[in-house]
Amino acid sequence: MSRSCRSYLLWFAQEHTEFRFAEIKSLLSLFKIEMRFIKQPKDIEPYWLVEFNSENDVKLLASRSVSLKNCMELWAHGKTVSELHRKMKEYPMHLIKHYFEPSKSFKIEVETFCKHVSQQEKVSKIEAFSYLPMCGRVDLKQPDVKMQYIEYYGIEANNPPEEPYDVFFGRWVTSGLRQLIKKLSLKTRKFIGNTSMDPQLSLLMANQAKITEGDIVLDPFVGSGSLLVAAAQFGGYVLGTDIDYLMLHGRTRPTRIKQTIREKDESVKANMEQYDLSHRYLDVLVNDFSASFWRNDFKFDAIITDPPYGIREATEKIGTLKKNYKVKEEHLPTHIPAKIDYGISNIYGDLLLFAAKHLKIGGCVVCWFPVFREDYNEKCLPSHPCFTLTANSEQGLSKVTSRRLLTFEKIREPTVEEMQQYTCNISDFREKYYEAREESRTERRLRESKIRQDNREKHELSKSLT
Amino acid sequence: MKLLTHNMLTSKCIKGVSVGYPLKINASDVKETEIDFNPEFVSKMIPKLDWPVLYEAADSLGKVGDLPKNIIENFENDEDFLKKVHHIMLEVEIVNGNLICPETGRKFPINNGIPNMLLNEDEI
Ligand SMILES: C[S@@+](CC[C@H](N)C(=O)[O-])C[C@H]1O[C@@H](n2cnc3c(N)ncnc32)[C@H](O)[C@@H]1O
Repeated sequence: MSRSCRSYLLWFAQEHTEFRFAEIKSLLSLFKIEMRFIKQPKDIEPYWLVEFNSENDVKLLASRSVSLKNCMELWAHGKTVSELHRKMKEYPMHLIKHYFEPSKSFKIEVETFCKHVSQQEKVSKIEAFSYLPMCGRVDLKQPDVKMQYIEYYGIEANNPPEEPYDVFFGRWVTSGLRQLIKKLSLKTRKFIGNTSMDPQLSLLMANQAKITEGDIVLDPFVGSGSLLVAAAQFGGYVLGTDIDYLMLHGRTRPTRIKQTIREKDESVKANMEQYDLSHRYLDVLVNDFSASFWRNDFKFDAIITDPPYGIREATEKIGTLKKNYKVKEEHLPTHIPAKIDYGISNIYGDLLLFAAKHLKIGGCVVCWFPVFREDYNEKCLPSHPCFTLTANSEQGLSKVTSRRLLTFEKIREPTVEEMQQYTCNISDFREKYYEAREESRTERRLRESKIRQDNREKHELSKSLT
Repeated sequence: MKLLTHNMLTSKCIKGVSVGYPLKINASDVKETEIDFNPEFVSKMIPKLDWPVLYEAADSLGKVGDLPKNIIENFENDEDFLKKVHHIMLEVEIVNGNLICPETGRKFPINNGIPNMLLNEDEI
């Protein structure tokens, strides 16, 4: 192991484990940081052994990561406790002796991952380090130097082995952004909808979109704006659009069971104010995504979105199948625009087409995509010649379905032909969904007509409000 | 709605409309709010703006003040100028009113700060 670049242990939260690879990869690319694996990580293990060129790099990385819990400079790693201590005793002390000066208070923290040990056992594990030349006083609350000793017993908490698989010792350097997840919790958020995204996944999306200070970020299916909260948190200036007038005006039926009517001032903007991000809020607009009104030459820095899948909400756009249809003059004031089906392949086709036109080169589209697990292969994902797929992680929803978080990076501007109508060849998730639920045709018809009815009511209400 | 957003909006999605820009503003309720000044962001946005359209829009709301008619040189280093742009672009808000398509006269109502750009099925 070379001493010029230092070894670090990154410890991750055991939640959405697949997503951490995509998140860290995006952040390394965003900050142009080099990171090398000392040991290739296994999917399910919560730690990575890595090298960075400087400690600032790892601090920068952690300052944006939501999947990272802690990071330490690794002083010793053993397969057993005695191997760890042997290695620690061999460690070139001159490299770290300044941490042990009399003026520096310190603390040693013990963690036994997936195994419970008594306080007394912990104390004896600390005492095993008595050979270290520590001269400062112990400070448990705010030590100048925090050392961490970790015994790793695998990931099955109910059946840990007698002896640990791995033992680590080093100096705590920094922590990730786990506390932000709590701060942005949907439970305490002013305005939420039925399909608000939880803060952890929203923050991961913002990271995968490489959002940075001063970026203009769009969510074209904005709903209650949960993704924009995350985007603004990381420095984005945010814009959103949604076809649902009542949603943007905070007038849909309340989402919280205990709430009978929504508060008067629920809105995407109010959420931004709640988190002191109002200076990052630009606007939200009522609009049908299939009819774009952005200036042709306007470019966004990132697009993050969760389009409708047609299960919890209808996938519709404004339109009619009638030829040469005209709304009668006298009906105009109260007319509710007719809707036609907006199939999944059209939605994702439009999304990539829109991004090909309106995203800067190097900008990312980060979006969820629903799939049937058994049918899934990469070929059935949306694609466009101006984009490369840079990340693709799965979150299971049920035994048979899941959704994938896709990240597309724009590599070039589209040609004239590539700006035209563009449809992806994607099988319709909804068709399969209902089949798999073994819903009879009649049930399905009733269900779909109920969604349409709800939508009509919503639009009537929105007309009466304007 | 902010004038930054107005600067980026068209009505080109209406059937038969070719440019649909800039949208006319007919405001019945305009408000000014204080927003943290971020000179880097303002500098970054200036080249993306259609300046005459921003100027016109501010003027039509009676908010133009002493905003120059043209973008000045070396604007990145002129904090005074950047603050004026910041104010017009982000702090002036149309709360209620209409945006109007310059070609067809179609009105898009703004309620409570949120423009409604939905079209009817016979307009697309
Ligand atoms: C899965 S939800 C997104 C929820 C959002 N992430 C949030 O934080 O609440 C999809 C949204 O797309 C909107 N939508 C459906 N069809 C649309 C269309 N044609 N154009 C624009 N928005 C549409 C729905 O009203 C809904 O709010």
